[in-house]
Amino acid sequence: MAETLSGIGVSPGVAAGPVAQMAAPPVVPTDATPSGDPESENQAAMAAMRAVSASLEERASRAPGEAASVLAAQAMMAEDPTLASKVTDGVQAGKAAVTAVADAFEDFRAMLAAAGPYMAERVADLDDLRNRTVATLLGVPMPGVPDPGHPFVLVALDLAPADTATLDKDRVRAIITEEGGPTSHTAILAKSLGIPAVVTVHGATGIADGETVLVDGTEGTVAVAPDEATVQEALDAEQAKLAALQSVSGPGRTSDGHPVQLLVNIAGDKDLAPAAAADSEGVGLFRTEFLFLDRPNAPTLEEQQAVYQRVFDAFGGRKVVVRTLDAGADKPLEFVTVPDEPNPALGVRGLRTSRRHPELLEEQLTAVANAAAASQAQVWVMAPMVSTTAEAAAFAEQVRGHGLPSGGVMVEVPAAAIRARHVAAACDFMSIGTNDLSQYTYAADRMAGELADLLDAWQPALLDLVRMTAEAGKALGKPVGVCGEAASDPLLAVVFVGLGITSLSMAPVSIPGVRAALAGHTLAECRGLATLALDAEDGRAARNAVRNANRS
Amino acid sequence: MPERRVVIGSKVGLHARPAAMFVQAAAKQPVKVTIAKSAGGNPVDARSILSVLALDARGGDEVVLVAEGDGADEALDELAALVARDLDSEG
Repeated sequence: MAETLSGIGVSPGVAAGPVAQMAAPPVVPTDATPSGDPESENQAAMAAMRAVSASLEERASRAPGEAASVLAAQAMMAEDPTLASKVTDGVQAGKAAVTAVADAFEDFRAMLAAAGPYMAERVADLDDLRNRTVATLLGVPMPGVPDPGHPFVLVALDLAPADTATLDKDRVRAIITEEGGPTSHTAILAKSLGIPAVVTVHGATGIADGETVLVDGTEGTVAVAPDEATVQEALDAEQAKLAALQSVSGPGRTSDGHPVQLLVNIAGDKDLAPAAAADSEGVGLFRTEFLFLDRPNAPTLEEQQAVYQRVFDAFGGRKVVVRTLDAGADKPLEFVTVPDEPNPALGVRGLRTSRRHPELLEEQLTAVANAAAASQAQVWVMAPMVSTTAEAAAFAEQVRGHGLPSGGVMVEVPAAAIRARHVAAACDFMSIGTNDLSQYTYAADRMAGELADLLDAWQPALLDLVRMTAEAGKALGKPVGVCGEAASDPLLAVVFVGLGITSLSMAPVSIPGVRAALAGHTLAECRGLATLALDAEDGRAARNAVRNANRS
Repeated sequence: MPERRVVIGSKVGLHARPAAMFVQAAAKQPVKVTIAKSAGGNPVDARSILSVLALDARGGDEVVLVAEGDGADEALDELAALVARDLDSEG
């Protein structure tokens, strides 16, 4: 009998396939006994390191561009002669091979970690390498994304950014995680790749390898061992739904013609072509952190300008909203982030970093303005983590001072939403970042999977702040958008429009569903559904109330 | 012992791609070459990517390369020239 598990659907779509579990990192046994023969211990350790290096090189030869160079760099680490001699020293001092390997890696790990936060990715690469070598020595399953040799449904406790470098959307049909949340890396990655995903699925890691599952990333369900007819029916229904979505196109509007801009989120100048090809009115959130991450100093004016130019040109005469550097908290930068902040999420991050480094923001705005002047795109600029009217006013003035037409702010801090009337008057537009606004409103860490219910974007307190912000914008004729993950939920998008939101920005894959949902409701219906959500007692009740009303 | 002092030309320093290019070039030399920061610190094997990364040598820092034996001077000239170039902006 088929069993159905449920979780939170974070990336839409339906897919079925055999499960491949991602193995947990191996544990180095504390009581590993050396064989007493250092020579054979050494041979075992060297053979394991060679095997890991060979497998990385083999994967590098199959991986596309960027992923290939990450893997090749990791293979170089596995062949490091100093690492090898540390291992040999260890076994000659009487350690077991696995202990010597773990200790040698730990030495280098400490040295790299001491070099600063921008080495974090190298440390992650090194940890992965250690896990692979230890797993080889112990004869346990290889950690990381599995490669069963055929398309599969990936099941993991949660995915880290490092696990995803080689995730191949042609092989991974769907992603299920036991933990994670609606704003976890898994959710963001799955959505950007267009892979159906369900997170916080209790019992997921207990599903046997090779078992068939049917995943519905819209409803948030996972059917284990479904019969063939059920699978076929679900896939056919999904096809029909996709065909129906494709039949609506063009600018977003409600069924009675109220316009709502549908925009895409982008995080770099990679994958520009598919994002630009999506049927959208432009970019609602162009994240610029990627230019600054994983390097010891800031990019030059010319380097920034060239990247901005490529993005603006890709979107032709459309709108592109650039968000200035959002560093700090989960995105530390070597040359910006204040070390040892007791609570980085509440620390010097977002626009606040310009208190210490005004030159970074000034240079970024110059680069954006230069690129904008040389392109057809309508370039708007907004600052992250704005909390006061004075910050909003100063930023908007600085943006206009560079000859740019429109300076706005992200509303992510409850203070900015509460004072939205004043903030709106001080700048040209507002854009609500629902992920951070939930985190700060509900005092719940974005990455805390077990608090996912509090981070649910359907939570009425969050919707109240969205309403206050939208109403403030409307009173002054200033646009108010939503650019968090929440904008991609078709039903919630309808609620946002009912609350007065004028644009929705999301991953390109989510646009058709949102467009179809808007086209199915009048503005008055959107407002009615929004009222139901605001009157609910929590996120689940809000979603259910709107869903039920929508069906009847 | 022959040595060369050279200022790192790549903005990112001996990290990422410049570090990989340097280590690969060092591995091709007939002699063992060591690298240390001129400002101080222990010399490390230039063929060890982990040791080179752990030096945390930034753009504009001076490093000292040392080698010994037949071909040491040629090896040092080649590697010093590589370190001085802005490898990150090339290709």
